[in-house]
Amino acid sequence: MLASLGTVLTLARKDLLLELRSRDIVLAIVVFALLVITIFTFAIELTPSRSRDVGPGVLWAAVAFAGVLGLNRSFAMEAESNTLDGLMLTPVSRELIFFGKVLGNFAFITIAEIVIFPVFEALFNISVLQPETIVIALLASIGFSAVGTAFAAVSVRVRSREIMLPLLFLPTSVPLIMAAVESTSVIVNGGSWSDFSDWLQLAILFDVIFVIASAVLFQYVLEE
Amino acid sequence: MTALPKIRLIWLGVTAALMTLTLWMIFLWVPTEINQGNIQRSLYFHVPVAWVAMVAIVLIAVASVAYLTTRDEKWDRLAVAGAETGVIFAALMLITGMLWAKPVWGVWWTGEAKLTTTLILFFIYVAYLMFRAYFPPGEQRRRLAAIIGLIGAIDTPIIYYGAQLWERAHPSAVVGPLSESDSSVDGPIGLTLMVATLTFSVLFVYVASERYRLRKQEDEVTSILRAISLKRPRTPSSSMDNAETISSVPAGGA
Repeated sequence: MLASLGTVLTLARKDLLLELRSRDIVLAIVVFALLVITIFTFAIELTPSRSRDVGPGVLWAAVAFAGVLGLNRSFAMEAESNTLDGLMLTPVSRELIFFGKVLGNFAFITIAEIVIFPVFEALFNISVLQPETIVIALLASIGFSAVGTAFAAVSVRVRSREIMLPLLFLPTSVPLIMAAVESTSVIVNGGSWSDFSDWLQLAILFDVIFVIASAVLFQYVLEE
Repeated sequence: MTALPKIRLIWLGVTAALMTLTLWMIFLWVPTEINQGNIQRSLYFHVPVAWVAMVAIVLIAVASVAYLTTRDEKWDRLAVAGAETGVIFAALMLITGMLWAKPVWGVWWTGEAKLTTTLILFFIYVAYLMFRAYFPPGEQRRRLAAIIGLIGAIDTPIIYYGAQLWERAHPSAVVGPLSESDSSVDGPIGLTLMVATLTFSVLFVYVASERYRLRKQEDEVTSILRAISLKRPRTPSSSMDNAETISSVPAGGA
């Protein structure tokens, strides 16, 4: 058990180290998400009440769209440098490779969110930096990275994978995006935990099911 | 190749007969519903195609699991047949839903849970078919497609749960004159609906099995062409010819 955890951490550490040197992924997610948010500040005339109405939707649409960019890179880099085969040759079970990748992607999305949220709060003038939003952001990041890692591995060998991944990832993540948007909406409108407990449940349900299902299916993705 | 042409012919005949009966029942036999008038006849198309779309997802899920465990190509063909037919029926469900919603609810689209779920599933299985079209044919494509098909099926109940919560949080802006009226489905209406559901199910089986058969023939043609191209001596001109012959054949389709 502890050895498995060590393996997962080593694999995630590898991705983080690469990221620390290149800064490809997190920077791409942050810049793209901020661009989406900025464009929406022009597309919608923001009054305080309208900000609260549409802000949560804009925030999570930006995170979801930008997240796809980062997820795409996580396996594309392996494929480009021909390290995917090396990864598969390591005497490590597929589930652990999966969890290592999920942990890496989770870290990238979370780090990006740490930058995106304050800027969003400033641009939209609504307070999203609250304990409740942080919980929902963590749940969303877990789900995004679980589904995204599985689909990124599936689409890494397809031509035009940059198109394929969002087409697979976005509709599948709709329940999670719904949960994140609705919870954030309740929070910025002054609601408390009990007001969005249903959405919280949906997010947890999505995370549990897809972490397990993706881990099980991942062994069929990396085969041969 | 056509192992049982008789059965196919009989099935086609049954489908045609049932469809004629259904159309007669829908447009001539069943009385017009009091509240909604003629537009309520959409029910007899909308509900059956929705049912078939859901059956298609179950079919894709079962075929995908069967493929991943047995690696028998027939399951992959079944999944493709289910996905292609299912996407069309899902599109029909969305179109009939919108055509029905406009006069009755006053809007083309609402956050109604079943419509939302079908729309998202439609996107997932369109992506599934696109993936198959983008990926070179072979074992890897069958395996990865099975994974996508399965993830879509696993997602279905979660999407539906989410869509129900969404519907409750955003009471739809239905303003039509008949938005509150609720049609009961018993008597002739219930009977017509039952017959229509049976007919569309039979139609689905027919279309999907034809697609399955076509798919099998495509696979056979591809493997024959590959065998021919491997046998021919490798001279520059003949290898050019081969390349053209192969590329002009749909490589297994979606």
